[in-house]
Amino acid sequence: MSTNSDLHTIVALVEDRPGVLTRIASMFRRRGFNIASLAVGKSEQAGLSRMTFVVEGDEYTVNQVTKQLDKLIDVIRVTDITTQEIVARELALIKVHANTANRGEVIQIVQLFRANIVDVGAQSVVIEITGEEDKINALHDLLEPFGIIEMLRTGLVAMVRGQSDGRTSDSVGLEAYGQSSNGHGGHSSVTEASPNAAKQD
Amino acid sequence: MELTGAEIVCESLLKEGVDVMFGLPGGAVLPLYGALAKYPAIRHVLVRHEQAAVMAADGYARTSGKVGVCSATSGPGATNLVTGIASAMMDSIPIVAITGQVPRAAIGRDAFQETDVTGITLPITKHNYLVMNVEDIAPAIKEAFHIARTGRPGPVLVDIPKDVLLDERTEFVWPDKVHLPGYNPPGEAPQEQIDRAAELINQAERPVILAGHGVLISRAYDELRLLAEKAQIPVITTLLGISSLPTDHYLNIGMPGMHGHAYASWTIDKADLLISLGMRFDDRVTGRVKDFAPNAKVVHVDIDASELNKNVKADAPVLGDLKVVLNQLLPKVETNVHLEWIKHVDTLRAEHPLNELPDSQELPPQYVLTQLARATRGESIVVTGVGQHQMWAAQYCNFQEPNTLITSGGLGSMGFEVPAALGAKMGRPDKTVWSVAGDGGFQMTLCDLATAVENNIDVKFAILNNGVLGMVHQWQELFYEKDYFSTVYSGNPDFVKLAEAYGIAGIRVNKREEVEGAIQQALETPGPVIVDFVVKPDENVYPMIPAGESVNEMLEQPPVETSGEKAV
Ligand SMILES: Cc1ncc(C[n+]2csc(CCOP(=O)(O)OP(=O)(O)O)c2C)c(N)n1
Repeated sequence: MSTNSDLHTIVALVEDRPGVLTRIASMFRRRGFNIASLAVGKSEQAGLSRMTFVVEGDEYTVNQVTKQLDKLIDVIRVTDITTQEIVARELALIKVHANTANRGEVIQIVQLFRANIVDVGAQSVVIEITGEEDKINALHDLLEPFGIIEMLRTGLVAMVRGQSDGRTSDSVGLEAYGQSSNGHGGHSSVTEASPNAAKQD
Repeated sequence: MELTGAEIVCESLLKEGVDVMFGLPGGAVLPLYGALAKYPAIRHVLVRHEQAAVMAADGYARTSGKVGVCSATSGPGATNLVTGIASAMMDSIPIVAITGQVPRAAIGRDAFQETDVTGITLPITKHNYLVMNVEDIAPAIKEAFHIARTGRPGPVLVDIPKDVLLDERTEFVWPDKVHLPGYNPPGEAPQEQIDRAAELINQAERPVILAGHGVLISRAYDELRLLAEKAQIPVITTLLGISSLPTDHYLNIGMPGMHGHAYASWTIDKADLLISLGMRFDDRVTGRVKDFAPNAKVVHVDIDASELNKNVKADAPVLGDLKVVLNQLLPKVETNVHLEWIKHVDTLRAEHPLNELPDSQELPPQYVLTQLARATRGESIVVTGVGQHQMWAAQYCNFQEPNTLITSGGLGSMGFEVPAALGAKMGRPDKTVWSVAGDGGFQMTLCDLATAVENNIDVKFAILNNGVLGMVHQWQELFYEKDYFSTVYSGNPDFVKLAEAYGIAGIRVNKREEVEGAIQQALETPGPVIVDFVVKPDENVYPMIPAGESVNEMLEQPPVETSGEKAV
């Protein structure tokens, strides 16, 4: 796991069309951007999906990532929500060695993390855990000595929290698009106005 | 009335005002050709190679201001379009390419002539479509034209399986709107961006405008001139920005960068403000970014947000359509004279002129361009290939009207000179079109001379025949110990006989004294003409800022050891 300092969480609303993922993946590959994780699923709107990217890179790179994403015709709206108040979750399934001798110990750890055991075999159990990345990392580290057979993580999904004044504040929501003239798809970053937006190399 | 998919394509093209397209048929796209035969309002120019179709569409788009259209069959036909599509993408040229695809049921089975064309062109198109239902054809084509021509223009490819073209269950319904929620090209810039830019412009003592292709694309040439004249700001035009301000306008100080005018590069070096309009700080312009315009703040106007702060950090980024932005900006920019600065720029101009032409027996290629510039008085359209002749055309020719230099700037694709010239002439039949060609590039696409003949497309081809891949030869001379491996052409055809073979006029020129007469003769001869200028083979383009270096490393003269030496 790399440090969080250069990880950015970017949320995009995209058209749910064949080839959208390819377009996005192709853009990342071609421009040499690194995706740490990517999660895609339906949104509240039929025909639109929401994606959460965790992207590695400095400010310059992330600025380019959001703009290049936004340039894709099928991408409706892109926001870097890293510095906002967000709810971020990831789900992991971990299959770990566990027999009658040490199963109790594994169960204890699982309970400590409010995780679930979703399958029990003769020599292994499958654990399901949801949480922020750090929590999953911590569980992973504790289970490691037992022998992890298989792990699958969904990648982070993230959402901006509701505001205390009752506004929904979904800055990546549909209601805002079309109102912005900032970029092809309504890129919501205001960095263009700030003189230290990107580094010159 | 029920129409086939192919007929719907034709109806859609008519709705988009298409009256000419370039292409070459094959099995998968044949239904479209069957339909085109019934639509005489759409002139189909049959080419000899699909690369010519897309490059002709490119030239046509640039001179006509319309979207260029081309078509090809599946597989090899479509892959032959790739270079031209990539060039159009780099140069922001509006093109719609329509390709046939194998029938839907065959897709994914490695059928005969099946290629994943949407996959291949994904990174080199602004957008592309694989149309899987006949009802989707009209909306896809409408969107394709809309996307191609608006915002930062670019090529859009529409791939249609053969059975969709043959499908005849549908009526033609032309959508009245496009539905593209993810696509809203900017128009006006936010006021605070305009204010910030105006503030920097008004404060600057040594400002310079860098005018790029965006000036031509957004037709902001009048505004560019007004801005330059109002505040007396010198204007430097990038390769693709050439002709956005007349060459002999007193504030036009040429082209910057690797083979630009030395005084233009020095002006940038001394400036305290770059006003960069619709240009993207290509590495051929900047050289080593760290040493580019070291004393300057940067105002950068572009319609593509991703260009802002991409290569050079902007102190005042402005996102918007250049013409609209300049109209927002003009009232805020104060009248100024910049007397000292203009004087200084004039001194730079006097101190760093283009080199004198070699006093050689052999014909210097630059001399041909100076004579061409004189003969055309900047009123012709010049289409170039890529290499030395391209740079000389940019350095020496005179361009009085917008969109009169047509060149593959971003991709730098040899072979552009023949087909793009055909398209350019068809887009502006009233203009004389000169194709300034290298003997290398010319031979990449000369098969389409036949297209010029068949359609009587009156292009004058000036081949600067140096018998070498000149620009690469130059790099070998300067950076690879004069090892001229694989850059000498010893088996070139006789281009005059070639002209004869195509039934057009051919003129050979060996000496300075013959140049002017040959140009006149070409102009007076109706129809396509080839002028084979046999030029000095070892002539290099100067100035030169070697790749990745700065103006301080600029070679304004040949390095002493190699000067006067014969290379071939
Ligand atoms: C399709 C393509 N292949 C290779 C190159 C690399 N290249 C750049 S300039 C050049 C030489 C061009 O020779 P020619 O057309 O004769 O023009 P000259 O430089 O001699 O004026 C080459 C090979 C290119 N730009 N495009």
